[in-house]
Amino acid sequence: MSVALLQVRELSKNFGGFTALDKVNVEVARGERFGLIGPNGSGKTTLINCVSGVLENDHGSIQFDGKEISGLPAYQRTRRGIARSFQIPRPFASMSVLENLLVPLEYVSHGKVEQAHDILRQIGLADKAETRSNQLSQVELRKLELARAMAARPKLLISDEAMAGLSSNEVGEVLEILFKLNATGITIIMIEHIMQAVMKFSQRIICLDAGRIICEGTPQTIVANPEVQKAYLGA
Amino acid sequence: MTRFLVGAIAVLALAASMPFVFQNEYFFFAGYVVLQLIVMATAWNILGGYAGYVNFGSGAFFAVGAYTAVALYKAFALPLGLQILAGAAASGLLGFGVGLLTLRLRGIFFSIATIAVAIILETVVVNWAYVGGAKGLPTLRPTDTPFFASHTVWLFFVMAVLAVIAVGAARYVETSWIGRGLRAIRDNEVAAECSGVPTLKLKLGAATLSGALMGAAGAPYAQYLSFIEPTSAFSLTHAVNALAMPIIGGMGHWIGPVIGAVLLGSVQQIVTVTISSEINVLVVGVMLVVFVVAAPEGIIGLFRKFFPARKR
Amino acid sequence: MTSSPSIKHGSRTGRQGLDGQLLFEAVVAGILLGCFYAAVSVGLSISFGLLDVPHVAHPAFLVLGAYATYLLTTFGIDPLLAGLLLMPVFFVFGLGVYQFYYSTFEGRGSDQGLRGIAFFFGIAFIVQVGLILAFGVDQRLVDATYIGTSVEFGEMRVPQRMLVAFGVALALTGTLALYLSRTFTGRAIKAVAQDEGALRLMGANPVRIKRWAFGIATATCAIAGALLIIVGPVEPGLDRLYIGRTFCVVVLAGLGSMSGTLVAGLILGIAESVVLTTAGTAWAPAVAFGILLLVLGVRPAGLFGR
Repeated sequence: MSVALLQVRELSKNFGGFTALDKVNVEVARGERFGLIGPNGSGKTTLINCVSGVLENDHGSIQFDGKEISGLPAYQRTRRGIARSFQIPRPFASMSVLENLLVPLEYVSHGKVEQAHDILRQIGLADKAETRSNQLSQVELRKLELARAMAARPKLLISDEAMAGLSSNEVGEVLEILFKLNATGITIIMIEHIMQAVMKFSQRIICLDAGRIICEGTPQTIVANPEVQKAYLGA
Repeated sequence: MTRFLVGAIAVLALAASMPFVFQNEYFFFAGYVVLQLIVMATAWNILGGYAGYVNFGSGAFFAVGAYTAVALYKAFALPLGLQILAGAAASGLLGFGVGLLTLRLRGIFFSIATIAVAIILETVVVNWAYVGGAKGLPTLRPTDTPFFASHTVWLFFVMAVLAVIAVGAARYVETSWIGRGLRAIRDNEVAAECSGVPTLKLKLGAATLSGALMGAAGAPYAQYLSFIEPTSAFSLTHAVNALAMPIIGGMGHWIGPVIGAVLLGSVQQIVTVTISSEINVLVVGVMLVVFVVAAPEGIIGLFRKFFPARKR
Repeated sequence: MTSSPSIKHGSRTGRQGLDGQLLFEAVVAGILLGCFYAAVSVGLSISFGLLDVPHVAHPAFLVLGAYATYLLTTFGIDPLLAGLLLMPVFFVFGLGVYQFYYSTFEGRGSDQGLRGIAFFFGIAFIVQVGLILAFGVDQRLVDATYIGTSVEFGEMRVPQRMLVAFGVALALTGTLALYLSRTFTGRAIKAVAQDEGALRLMGANPVRIKRWAFGIATATCAIAGALLIIVGPVEPGLDRLYIGRTFCVVVLAGLGSMSGTLVAGLILGIAESVVLTTAGTAWAPAVAFGILLLVLGVRPAGLFGR
């Protein structure tokens, strides 16, 4: 039996009296294209925050590459191979686009500047390399988020609504990049509201609602599931 | 790097040659103060400008350096060099300790903790008879002065060396990968952490270095004044100057605190003598607010706006 | 230099250790003191707790209120009345400060947090130096019928000014708690702290609401400042002692909880009073900072926070 790259068991997270995640169990296989959907407030970003280390989970365990990581600070998880983009972009505003990529490049992947230029070319920001990141448009900022995560040369890349606000052409571009990354062996978790993209991209999807998994399976299974339909259209 | 070394040696040579140019001791008294301000402002900026954590209690780190030097001199008659090392160690430890307690929290709590440390330590010193308590202690200047004719000139030169060391350290931090990590922390700490930056370690390092440099600046203070007492050692003026000078000069580059210190230090010397010390300090406060509001990149920023020729 | 008034025991023959009567008196003194601390912190509970403004100049505004009260008393006005009269003035002042702060600092930028903190530090410093220039460094105090007299409760004598402070503090925190939960504007203030977006969708202007709230917070500094100078003498550097106390109360309460402010104030007051009795005045300021660090380390949400 091959060990999954990411194993989340009985993960719970509370905020005061509010249960954001309730005993969530997820497994993501090596090299998988994994989709995570659910209505707003269902706990998707909380789950990602717990996995990446931005939040500390209250109960449960998170195993990455065979080792327990809950309790590790986020930067160590990144060094072990988990990279993520942020739903609301968090650029290093005083730095240029290129410098933004140099941070993970220097601290995680120990790569050369050329790699940063490569990534910028791939993602379509090559002409903005010297631009200060606080002057980018919303769309460019989302691309920068993805580029920065790519610069860390992760084993697992978590893309948190990287396509929000993009035109269908741009969505196609980003999708192509993610497919290419996956082809090189990188496991990808995609959180998206753009259903078309998620369906096209994912091999497996789970749907969260109110902190619980309500459905898990192939895109076809998910789409047909009445619970999922109810969660999205409301009761 | 070599350019900096050459510049540093030139500055020190200049400092050493001053006694042949100026006969008036007052120049060296005032020069000492300005050099001390350079060290304090540069030290502050390592944690404040580079990492974004605002120290309100620089006076405490300065005073710990001063009192450590006094206590050790009284106990073991240590020479000035060792006093400075001890002062730096003590204040560095203080910076590390305060950082350990508060740098995991939001920036504002670190700032408040630095005020707490200042108040508590001042109380401790006031109640410590060995170093003179509230009344203070007269400190005798050593009679033998190495290299220079007068002790004041010797202290001036020592402070010049410390200034060069401080600026060198700041420059190294700023231009190295450490500097980029600190800037990432300042810009967006969560994103920095998720980009692999060990934020707590870097912040602790910056806090320790910043504290140590401030302690080094404080160590010769008792010899400079021939007297040590808590009110002037822990004075809020140290804290305000250390904070205002980098903000006014420019926080992003090591030359900013130097510009701020030289400009403001000189202005202060003039105003204190001609008008009053309260007005002097009020001017600093007002300039601080004006720059924070209107020119956040400081004098460096203004220079770049009006003379955009050079690119860093 | 501490402004910690203590209860006078009937006959004191030196410290006898922590015996019951002494402890009881310390606790009672602490309760009165604690309510006073709640009153001076309630404004910060709004400005920092709800509005998330890094208002390290709040204690400086308190001292400003104290000196303004002092000025009015030189015209023969009772200090409490002076505090009340100053409230609208401080309210308008607060509106202006927030408007300026918001338009300058609440934007997108890399070092807005740093600039905001430095700004308020600068303001606090200017206030302090301004007060020194205007009034000198000597302590100032005010006079009133309830200052200097004590009331007897059995074996204890409680200074009447502490009872006055106690009463006003209760009234202040109670009124604010009611305002925030019962009135429309009050509830809007609480709402804007939690979900600005939702409020915007409802058609309300979050900035106006926040500005109003900051005005109220500053207005409390007028009456709380009056209490400050009633309770003890003031001098321009007093704000440094109160920054620890006010932030301690606000964080211990849980950001934004008014009733929590009262409980937190009581805890701080009693703790400080007991330490004062056992360890002396030197360590009293450390209590607030110690509790603050403890709360931030163990339960950062505070007692009643989310």
